[in-house]
Amino acid sequence: MAHRGPAHPSTWLTVRPEGLYCEPGGFFIDPHRAVERAVVTHGHSDHARPGHAAVLATAETLAIMRARKAAPASGRALRYGETLAVGGVSVTLQPAGHVLGSAQIVLEHGGSRAVISGDYKRRADPTCAGFVPVPCDVFVTEATFALPVFRHPPPAAEIARLLGSLALFPDRRHVVACYALGKAQHLIALLRQGGWDGPIFLHRALQPLCELYGEFGVELGALRTIADLGLEGPGGIVLAPPAALDERWVRELGEPVLCAASGWLRLRKRALQSGAELPLIISDHADWNELLATAHDVGAPEIWVTHGREDALIHALGQRGIRGHALRLLGRGEEA
Amino acid sequence: MIRFASLLEGLLFARGRTTVLALLRNYFETTPDPDRGFALAALAGRLDLPVVGAGLLRTLASARTDPELFATSYQYVGDLGETLALMWPAEGSGEAPRLSEIVSGLRDTAKADRPSRIAAWLDASPPAARLALLKLVTGGLRPGDMAGPARRALADMSRGHVTETQIEEIWPALSPPYEALFAWIERRATRPDTGGHAHFRPPMLANPLEDAELAALELADYVAEWKWDGLRVQLVGGADPRVLSGNGDDISASFPDLAGALNHGAVLDGELLVTRDGGVAPFADLQRRLGRRAPGRAVLERFPAHVRLFDILCDEGEDLRELPFASRRARLEAWFARVRPARADLSPLLAVSGPDQLRRLCAGTRAGGVEGLMLKRADSPYRAGRPPGLWWEYRGGPFNIDAVLMYAERGPGERGSFYSNVTFGVWDGEVLVPVGKAEPAEGVPIGIDLDGWVRQHTAARFGPVRDVVKSLVLDVAFDGVRRSPRHRSGITLRCPRIVRLRPDKLAAEAGRLAHLTNFLAGDDP
Ligand SMILES: [Zn+2]
Ligand SMILES: [Zn+2]
Repeated sequence: MAHRGPAHPSTWLTVRPEGLYCEPGGFFIDPHRAVERAVVTHGHSDHARPGHAAVLATAETLAIMRARKAAPASGRALRYGETLAVGGVSVTLQPAGHVLGSAQIVLEHGGSRAVISGDYKRRADPTCAGFVPVPCDVFVTEATFALPVFRHPPPAAEIARLLGSLALFPDRRHVVACYALGKAQHLIALLRQGGWDGPIFLHRALQPLCELYGEFGVELGALRTIADLGLEGPGGIVLAPPAALDERWVRELGEPVLCAASGWLRLRKRALQSGAELPLIISDHADWNELLATAHDVGAPEIWVTHGREDALIHALGQRGIRGHALRLLGRGEEA
Repeated sequence: MIRFASLLEGLLFARGRTTVLALLRNYFETTPDPDRGFALAALAGRLDLPVVGAGLLRTLASARTDPELFATSYQYVGDLGETLALMWPAEGSGEAPRLSEIVSGLRDTAKADRPSRIAAWLDASPPAARLALLKLVTGGLRPGDMAGPARRALADMSRGHVTETQIEEIWPALSPPYEALFAWIERRATRPDTGGHAHFRPPMLANPLEDAELAALELADYVAEWKWDGLRVQLVGGADPRVLSGNGDDISASFPDLAGALNHGAVLDGELLVTRDGGVAPFADLQRRLGRRAPGRAVLERFPAHVRLFDILCDEGEDLRELPFASRRARLEAWFARVRPARADLSPLLAVSGPDQLRRLCAGTRAGGVEGLMLKRADSPYRAGRPPGLWWEYRGGPFNIDAVLMYAERGPGERGSFYSNVTFGVWDGEVLVPVGKAEPAEGVPIGIDLDGWVRQHTAARFGPVRDVVKSLVLDVAFDGVRRSPRHRSGITLRCPRIVRLRPDKLAAEAGRLAHLTNFLAGDDP
């Protein structure tokens, strides 16, 4: 009998117009248009599209999809570490540390293992389970901040800058522009860790997901809404999505200090374009060092790079003896 | 350096003057000597450091980074210093150098050893401090015009004990790190002794006068002079003679011919001009002398400096500034007859008989180094700044205004590769508002390379538009002012044209919106 070695993931994991496709399982991973069967890494809209017939994801991600009107016709929840056989593939989800419910997809087939990271970060975040490195043959990594200029500072130091500004301008509201899923809750948790016990006011667009985090046991402390601003004295922190900063309530705040929180603000031109007086470099994605450290931790001889600027990362992986390969997927937006 | 870097960041992103003042004051109150004094000097462009060429950045990049990663990153970031600061391989966990260490370190290190010294500082600094450090040592630190806000912040810090004007007077006579100045502000010491140095007296400035206002003026109370088109200077005679700019900066080194002629004990106010064949040479000749330190013999002979005097502020230690203008003028004439100073003459007084005669006089002033008329109340004391109702400047028409360059785009057609199409603005309270858009007229020498200036001072890009550091003053001629609800300023200039660039002027000296809206008087609302 002819001896057959393990089936290399490139033989069963391919790029189709809809996205990354697992042939023996018959499903897509984070497809960017509606499909029959999808495995979804996390609830951000460029990964969790509406209109799928069946979705496999964490219970948290499915709940987030429902809250964002992107619920599939049928959803199947899988716990971290639990394995499900789908066709000829076994599927396991492992924490990615990006947002509540975010998962890496671990696929095993024909004696080889591929891990699709989705978006991830390596720093501790009390609002979601921490990243677990899984040894594999092929690691499919995100590359949002895949340039050596992106090395995020410690989040606590950035929060200290915000608290310093609140001390210098105690009478001015500090309005932080942040996205509703992940960033807002991460900021609240960091503020609590940093010792902020003053009020945090939420824009109504941020409330549903903060409540959903609460239902999954993530403690965010007492939160107010911007409707309460009129009842309160000056100062304090307001969280709002970037699009809401043109609304009338902002103009009624007197002289607010506009802040923004994103990994992109490391770059001066991005920070100036943001219009923020206090740009905070706080990200939910791995920075350059963490991308390289993760490549080392999973020990994969081959890494497929999605979702960003792959050239620099592939070059640096090559210097470390790892084969890098750009995976051209459509429909990925820019994230913070 | 970490504190100074975070101050610079704060100032870069600050939106209002209140924020700027609070950041400056907080920095000065919480940073020890001598660091805060060196920071003050750097903010005002008065920190004299040995300049390390921008080639340093390339040298350090090739020594410490992977060339391919650097090239990809630079392409993405767009700024050499920022790229290097951000991808510098060390994590900056050591003890970051203090600003004062960097200043003394640069001065004490031989030129050839500076790159390795700087590399060691970079190793010990976090990214924001690395960027500020690289900008500082390569002379690329341009915090905008912070001298004025810094004076105000220091006055605030003194809680009413020292005024802005007092600081303005004494500052140029002191040198960094200004420990005596801070001690005075914090009431730990009395006003610093400036030794033999006669200190700077902030100049008195004129308000623009419109045609309509000219008719209303009680001309019998005024004395008229030409308004000369040169550089406002203050000549300080005595044991330690100095030529100071209108801003208080010591420019003696650029004008040794003038400084060498100050063998007297007076402080004089006048206009620095370059003469040619006994007459005033075009402004372009003066520009050949500006900013050139230690000019050679050929330059001195070809472009001789000369001062046209119009006021005397001090004579042998006697402060004359409270005297009325007419008395000061008499003292000036008597002093001039007695001392007969070299390289100077008196700005003549002009006979005034009525508004029409002034208009005719003004109409004939386009040539000969004159940009208009000055009308000074005969009883006016010499007051710092622009006190209302005492001194006027009248330019007739077409009109000119000093505006600040705000944005630039590539010009049309042949100029498509140059940033020559610019939007400029004037002050509305504390903010600049755009009032027009123009290109330098074809064939008009404008003094400096506008395109190069724009590229070096870009703060942000919005598609094809570059947002620049608001520090370059343009002399803009125009035919009138029109209402324009489309513009934030509510007005737009008719037929604006850039006459020339005025790198010698400060943004804060640029014109005010109220001056332009005056032109609208009488037109339909
Ligand atoms: Zn995401
Ligand atoms: Zn993503």
